[in-house]
Amino acid sequence: MSAPFAWIRPEPWGIHIVPADTWVDPSRAVPRALVTHGHADHARGGHGETLATPATLAIMQLRYNTQAGAVPVDYGESIAIGGGVRATFLPAGHVLGSAQILLERAGERVIITGDYKRAPDPTCAPFAVTPCDIFITEATFGLPVFTHPPIGEEISKLLKSLSENAEGSVLVGAYALGKAQRVIAELRAAGHHDTIFLHGAMEAMCRLYEEQGVALGDLRLVSDAPSKDAMRGAIVLAPPSALNDRWSRRLPAPLTAMASGWMRVRGRARQRGVELPLVISDHADWNELTTTIAAVNPQETWITHGREEALLRWCQLNQRRARALALVGYEDEDD
Amino acid sequence: MEEFAALLDALVYTTSRNRKLALIAAYLRSQPDPDRGWALAGLTEGLNFPAVKSSTIRNLMMERIDPVLWALSRDFVGDTAETASLLWPGPEDAAPQTPLSLAEVVERLSDLTRATAPKELADLFDRKDAKGRYALIKLATGGIRVGVSARLAKTAFAQAFDVAVEEVEEYWHALVPPYAELFDWAADGATPPDLAGVPRFRPFMLAHPLEDGEIDLSDYAAEWKWDGIRVQLVRTTNHEGRAETRVYSRSGDDISATFPELLGALPVDAVLDGELLVRGSAQGGEAGGAASFNALQQRLGRKTVSAKMLKESPAFVRLYDVLLCEGTDWREAPWKLRRATLEALMPHLPASHFDLSALVEADDFAHLARIRESARDAAIEGLMLKHRDSPYVAGRKAALWYKWKRDPLLVDCVVMYAQRGSGKRSSFHSDFTFGCWDGDPDAGAELLPVGKAYTGFTDAELKQLDKFVRQNTLNRFGPVREVKRELVFEVAFDSVHTSKRHKSGIAMRFPRIHRIRWDKPAHEADKIAALRALIKD
Ligand SMILES: [Zn+2]
Ligand SMILES: [Zn+2]
Repeated sequence: MSAPFAWIRPEPWGIHIVPADTWVDPSRAVPRALVTHGHADHARGGHGETLATPATLAIMQLRYNTQAGAVPVDYGESIAIGGGVRATFLPAGHVLGSAQILLERAGERVIITGDYKRAPDPTCAPFAVTPCDIFITEATFGLPVFTHPPIGEEISKLLKSLSENAEGSVLVGAYALGKAQRVIAELRAAGHHDTIFLHGAMEAMCRLYEEQGVALGDLRLVSDAPSKDAMRGAIVLAPPSALNDRWSRRLPAPLTAMASGWMRVRGRARQRGVELPLVISDHADWNELTTTIAAVNPQETWITHGREEALLRWCQLNQRRARALALVGYEDEDD
Repeated sequence: MEEFAALLDALVYTTSRNRKLALIAAYLRSQPDPDRGWALAGLTEGLNFPAVKSSTIRNLMMERIDPVLWALSRDFVGDTAETASLLWPGPEDAAPQTPLSLAEVVERLSDLTRATAPKELADLFDRKDAKGRYALIKLATGGIRVGVSARLAKTAFAQAFDVAVEEVEEYWHALVPPYAELFDWAADGATPPDLAGVPRFRPFMLAHPLEDGEIDLSDYAAEWKWDGIRVQLVRTTNHEGRAETRVYSRSGDDISATFPELLGALPVDAVLDGELLVRGSAQGGEAGGAASFNALQQRLGRKTVSAKMLKESPAFVRLYDVLLCEGTDWREAPWKLRRATLEALMPHLPASHFDLSALVEADDFAHLARIRESARDAAIEGLMLKHRDSPYVAGRKAALWYKWKRDPLLVDCVVMYAQRGSGKRSSFHSDFTFGCWDGDPDAGAELLPVGKAYTGFTDAELKQLDKFVRQNTLNRFGPVREVKRELVFEVAFDSVHTSKRHKSGIAMRFPRIHRIRWDKPAHEADKIAALRALIKD
């Protein structure tokens, strides 16, 4: 009989399920990986076998051409992965296909959240609160200064700026996977049905979302716009790296916006030359992180990536056992 | 107060000067008195609430949040006011309260003492959201830094009410927040504020550069242009018989506290225009007695001056012109009459603190040109040419005064770093840092940065430069790119000085890009030694 939870071991490049020789979100190629979602800091190509939700596998096929060894696992489906370990994929509410992974062995339950949020999102299934013994959580926005306002407020801000800048355009920086589609879907829900223009890097992922059943309305590539004038009064979405790049010169008088949880802090917005900060995040904010830990109520909380010091401190102040895992390579593209 | 908070927030995120002007002007037009006056004072750092310090805010937070969480948050955000505004735990279910006006907030802040501040501030914080708290803390601690200079605020004011910015300047310094008379005049057409007895600033008369062509010396008088700082000295006696003297800089800032030795030196009520210099031997030829600009630099920007500094580098004013003297306004009078008035006044002024800027006599224009050429050694900026019949008018008026600077010095430098510009230029690399060789480049010498410039090229050249930067990037540090050491700029500058702040040990004054030398190989650029030879400290 081994020590409690000895079967699960955090290593710098991922979480190792020892008796099954399987890894969760490994940052290097391994024989078998469970992948929580399609963001580059969690999903990588080159694994022998990749177990993930069908939507995540579709995203990985698009981004890394992952085909060989793809094993789809539906939400709620429970599979044996060897060594007496069962894995269940549960919705995480982060992006399309994102999952928490519940691992069970001999009555011990461990949940790895990957990235998650609790706020509603029309493009993905909501986070399922599930009891467990060890809760392995992210902490991207693990500082009490981070509270994400309801997305409706930020969408109204965006539409108001658009109406004030009808002669120009509003260029919104948003990550190509998840954030962009969520912003579009929320704009549609708010009654904005005009054509939304896209940077070329957004196109494939938007099409994938539509194929997966997320309606995004009338989209068009900036490069297909008949003229600069055709984009006056329009919203244009581009990856954040394109915001202050030469690419933006083809837009009519763009007002620079950015949809990100970091926009809560003025200095971050100014650093990037953002004129219209939109606090929109696909991660849990401080309140979501702490209320989720309280609701799941695990014996122990492990923190994977982000601002783990503050969350550790919170656990300590609330008499919760916690530890920070020193994982490498996380937090690259999605915030 | 909500409107002011929204204005601050909008200013934080706006880089374009025109957009800032429009935002402030719209605010000033739409808001009531005295709110808008307080806002103007807040923006120009004209408010001071001694009972509220940054530490007051920190202590207030410490009672409400775990110190470790505070420290981690403050560290990440980088600004105490913003961190506190985000972390303030609002009351659970606050009953809606009538919003406070900016004037009410200012009044409450003014009434604070060290003892009452914590409780009162907490009450104010409870009534606001994060944005409102941010504005409140910035206002209370007096550190609103949203890229709005006093000059920009005055320009916005003038724009808002369609009045002349020169007039705004004139009244501004004589009034105190919330500037009721200023708004009565500009917004409601009341008579201009009565400024009798106040040593107020009058806008300077400025000169156009003399581009080319000759001027007739029978119409124009020539005078040296000294390398100090242009000042206006104003002495007034109020109706109680108390005299006060103030020193104003070119932008209209009151710099009296920096030069206390001048405040008792003027024996008559007058408004005088001149160049402030400090004693030394580098400037002034036969008139004698001024140190280099670098020596003056040591005294600028200080709020208090040590006795040692007063003794070692005393300031004096080399007078150019007289605007008012003993009750007479000479501004409408021709220059030759003002000059005669000034000359007549000189014997009554202490020679320790004043001298007269001498006229430069020349037979003809060609002779004057030769004199100007020889001026380089005297470390003089150039010549001023003043029409003998010119009145003293605010700003730059054609054909009245010319400045004829000596030709700039030129040096060939190699571009080392480029940074993205702001506003319209934010997608272009338009700010350049360049260097000179610290020895023989063919024998392994290195480039050391000697200056920075972001002017002197056309829009077409800007595009070419941007392309060069993108294609030759070695490293990126945020908005800054390090580029291959390949491109040479011919850099023009006015003078060069020793500087401890730069690794090269020198600093240029007014560097600008004179020509882009696409043709010149980098190893043929100048050496630091060549620049060092031009130092005139
Ligand atoms: Zn992540
Ligand atoms: Zn993610």
